[in-house]
This record gives sequence, C-alpha cells and structure tokens, in this order.
Amino acid sequence: MNSIDLAAKIRLDAVIMTNRGNSSHVASALSIADILGVLYGGGLKVDPQNPNWPERDRFILSKGHAGAGVYAALAETGFFSTEKLLTHYQNGSTLSGHVSHKGNPGVEFSTGSLGHGLSVATGMALAIQRRRENSRVFCLMSDGECDEGSIWEAAMFASHHKINNLVAIIDYNKIQSLDTIAATLTLEPFEDKWKSFGWNVTQVDGHNHEELEKALSKQSNKTSKPLVVMAHTTKGKGISFMENSVLWHYRSPQNEEFEKAISELSGDK
Amino acid sequence: MRDEFISGLLEIARRDRNVLLLTADLGFGVLDEYRRELPDQFINVGIAEQNMIGIATGLAMEGNIVYCYSIGNFPTLRCLEQIRNDAAYHQANVKIVSIGGGFSYGQLGMSHHATEDLAIMRALPEVKVVVPGTRNEAKAAANYLYQTPGVQYLRLDKSYATDQVEPHEIDLSEWNVLRKAQEVTIISTGGVLEEVIEAADMLSQRGVEVGMISARNLTPHDFKSILEMFAGSKLLISVEEHVRSGGLGGLVAEIVSESELKIRLIRLGVLPRNISTVGSQKYLRNLNGLTAQKLVELVLSNRITH
Repeated sequence: MNSIDLAAKIRLDAVIMTNRGNSSHVASALSIADILGVLYGGGLKVDPQNPNWPERDRFILSKGHAGAGVYAALAETGFFSTEKLLTHYQNGSTLSGHVSHKGNPGVEFSTGSLGHGLSVATGMALAIQRRRENSRVFCLMSDGECDEGSIWEAAMFASHHKINNLVAIIDYNKIQSLDTIAATLTLEPFEDKWKSFGWNVTQVDGHNHEELEKALSKQSNKTSKPLVVMAHTTKGKGISFMENSVLWHYRSPQNEEFEKAISELSGDK
Repeated sequence: MRDEFISGLLEIARRDRNVLLLTADLGFGVLDEYRRELPDQFINVGIAEQNMIGIATGLAMEGNIVYCYSIGNFPTLRCLEQIRNDAAYHQANVKIVSIGGGFSYGQLGMSHHATEDLAIMRALPEVKVVVPGTRNEAKAAANYLYQTPGVQYLRLDKSYATDQVEPHEIDLSEWNVLRKAQEVTIISTGGVLEEVIEAADMLSQRGVEVGMISARNLTPHDFKSILEMFAGSKLLISVEEHVRSGGLGGLVAEIVSESELKIRLIRLGVLPRNISTVGSQKYLRNLNGLTAQKLVELVLSNRITH
C-alpha cells in the first residue's frame, strides 16, 4: 500500500476506533497519520511476516497516547488483522489506549508515560551500532513531550556517543493537553535547542509525504550526528472541526460528529 | 560488598562481551579496574538516572545484559517509572545495583538514606529484590543477576557479616538459615546481619538460643519453604535498615498472616522520627534499636519460657 492510501486508512481506523472505544486522543493520532503512512508505507525496513526480523528498523512511538495510529498502521500492513482493531479499548483487549507490545506483533516498545521513548531508542541504536549492523531506530515524539527533562538527557547522550543510526521525529503540532505549546511552556527556539545539543535538524511539512520520505531516507544523514526531523503538523489533521483544536485531544467522536468525521475522511465534504 | 560485587562482575564480563556496566557518574576509584580492562563494556552515562535505565533497556532489548550502578536512592527512586514501564514491563535484562543501602551513607543526610527502597522495589511484580548480608553473597550476586532473566534490584551495604561459605555455594534465591528456629527467631536483611549474629552469640553465652535467618532476597518464590523455616517459633523479630512497613517486616507479616501459624512478629526498622538524623551507620542503628545490644534486651524481655 502506498503511503497516501495508508495514511488515509490510518485516519479512518483511528476515528472508528476512538468512536467505538469512546476514547481520547483521536487528534493526536490524526496528527501523525502521514508520518506513520510514510514509515509503514515503505520508509521502515520491516517484515509483517517476521516482526522480530533482526535486520528490521526499529520504531518506537514515544507519544504512546496516539497508539491507535500505530495499531492501525500495523493492521493495515499485515502485522495482525484489521478486525482486531475493533477491540481497541474493549475489556480484555491487548490494544490499550497507550501503545503496548504485549500480544501485538510489530509493536517494538510500549509507552504511555511521556519522555521515555528517546532513551530506549537511543539504547537500541547504540546496541545496533556496536554490532556494526545497518538497522536504524526511529522514535516519534510529541512536541509537548519535550517538556520532559529525560528527553534532553537522551539528546545529550545520543550526540555525545555519535549515534547516527537514530532518527527522532517530532510531531510539532504546537498544541499540548490543556493549551497551546506557546501558552504552556514554549519550546522555541526549538531547532536551536536540538542543534545546540549536537543534533542535525531537518524541518518538514509533516503532512507532505515527499518531504517526509526525503527526510526519513537513509541518505538524509551522512554525518556522525543523530538526526531530528521536526515535522510541522496540524493536530486533528483531515477533519475540519478537529484541526488545531485543544478540545480534540480528549474528546471522542460520537454521533453526528462521528458521522461528519467519517464523511470528511471519505471525501464527501 | 561493593568491591566483591565488582570483582564478580568483572569475571563475568570478561567471559561475555554482551555484559555492559553503566554508571550514572558514580563509583570513583571503585570501577577503575573494570574500566581499564573492559572499556568497551563500560559507559558512564552522566548524572542522568532516568536516561540510564532507558538506555539500559534499549541495550538489553538488543541482547545485552546491562548492570546499572549508582548509590543510595538514585538508581531506584529517581528513575522508578523507567524501571517499571521500560525495563520491567519489557522483561529486559536490566540489573539495578545500588551501593549504600540503609544507613551506609548515614552522615551524608536524608537524601542518601536508602530507607524505603526495599518496599518500593518489592512492589514491582517483575522485579526481584536481592539483599546480600555478606561479602561473598555480594560476589555471588553478580552471577545470580547474570543468570536470572529480567530485572533485579541489588541492594549492597557498607557493613557485612562474616562469611561462612564460598560464593559458588550461595543460592540467593533462598533465604539462609544460620541457626534453626527457636522460640525466638530473628530474621534480618542486608549487612545488619552482623548485629544479629553478635546478638545471638551474646544470648548464647547467657544460655539463650535464638534462631537466625538471613533474608537474602525480598521476593521469595515460595512462602511454604519460608514457613517451614519459622516452624517452632513463637516470636519472630525482623531487623532491617529500612522503614518498618513494606520491606522485610512487611513481607514477613504477609507470609505469616496468610498461614496457619500463630506467631507473634516484632518489626524492627527505621523509626519515622529518625529518618533525617545524621550519623554513622552504627550510631543510626543504635538510635533505631537495631544494634546487637538492643536485640539482646528485646529478646530477653520478650521470652515466654525462662
């Protein structure tokens, strides 16, 4: 499946899953749908038939609350059945709101508390580098997550140890849980922060697949530094009334809102 | 204990290059030999414990066995969530080692008193808690952690009791019965065992025999064998450099209260009013009633048969 079609499927799945689960974070999943589409639509070296393939690229969703998006990407690319997506949030399900590896092939790492993923991704990347293997490690973080000090501990470590098989992606939608980033705890000058921590920085439109593909390709980093891709995104992307709205961090699409969301995603706006 | 553990670890790491030692910038002088000999298996991550556990988890998920070294509460409480969500939930081979259990760093003040760590780490279902009472047990712990899959917390201590056996004869998954149960049986965890042995000897000189058990782990796999160790006792006294709830005393209470045994339990530990008192390990033990002399008095005043 090409990345555009996959991203569209991820959006549709995420809306259906959060509707059926009466669950939060639909806007967070929509924000990263294109990034996930590009990664699982060919950007990542993975094999759905062999999720533990040693030569695979590793992907960690550090913003675990957008787990619905990753579950959708995995199901749509054959790691498990798409029917399983309907168990999201249901009693006894393995598809928890925050992404979990237990019982879910293809999920590299479980998260849910912010600020954990980058350290683990860095440790994995270091181990792969020590073995002189070629796999890369991708870690998708939220912007608000960068409030956590542990992110910057990992950022220092990764550049100090020249871990250049590590790619951090920031879903820079500029909205966090209660308010905008700017009103909560400003991250700007964000690029300068990463540069001063010793990282290469690429800024892209996080909904433009060509830009994402280029930024995430192996050719994009030929230096000894780790790479951070700052993906400028729109929270709630794809559904007009969810876009750039703090409300939809937590609100679940129900009834008319659900129907309107589905019809917008289906292209009959 | 620290030196014995490090020498044990060095022996293992020489044989297995997947063994890595991470430190959060502590171990001045102590880790020199290891660093010199195995520089590729050593990383000082800097003063960043949360990152240390995350990095260790990532390394472990890629096939390494990673020891994380620090002191006091730094490798446990400071990064508790990384231990819970990252290392333990993923059953990664992450071995957390703290030197300075209890009042080992008594003079350094409250920040360095590791007096709640056992309760907190014991609450994590996937984490095994290992607490040597002697130097050979500390050495054996290096190998026990290596052989045991998943996450363990190893609490080392400045003080220690005299060794009776060689490291290879020690099985840290079992509690050690030093003297079999009597009317009064004392159970301790960690280096404070030295006080218990001294107390038992003093009592013996007065014609009073007490049982003596060293709880070398606080996550026993089987309560039944522990209850058998208690059989015949009327009074158990638990002794630990740790608050009275949640640690050894808490564990013994859990074990006994779910059994048919009718045994009284006195839990000795750190009294809340003394949490921030400064002093040597010996001074702080005395303040909290954890010395041999205090134990002798307690046993004599609580015996039923005379």
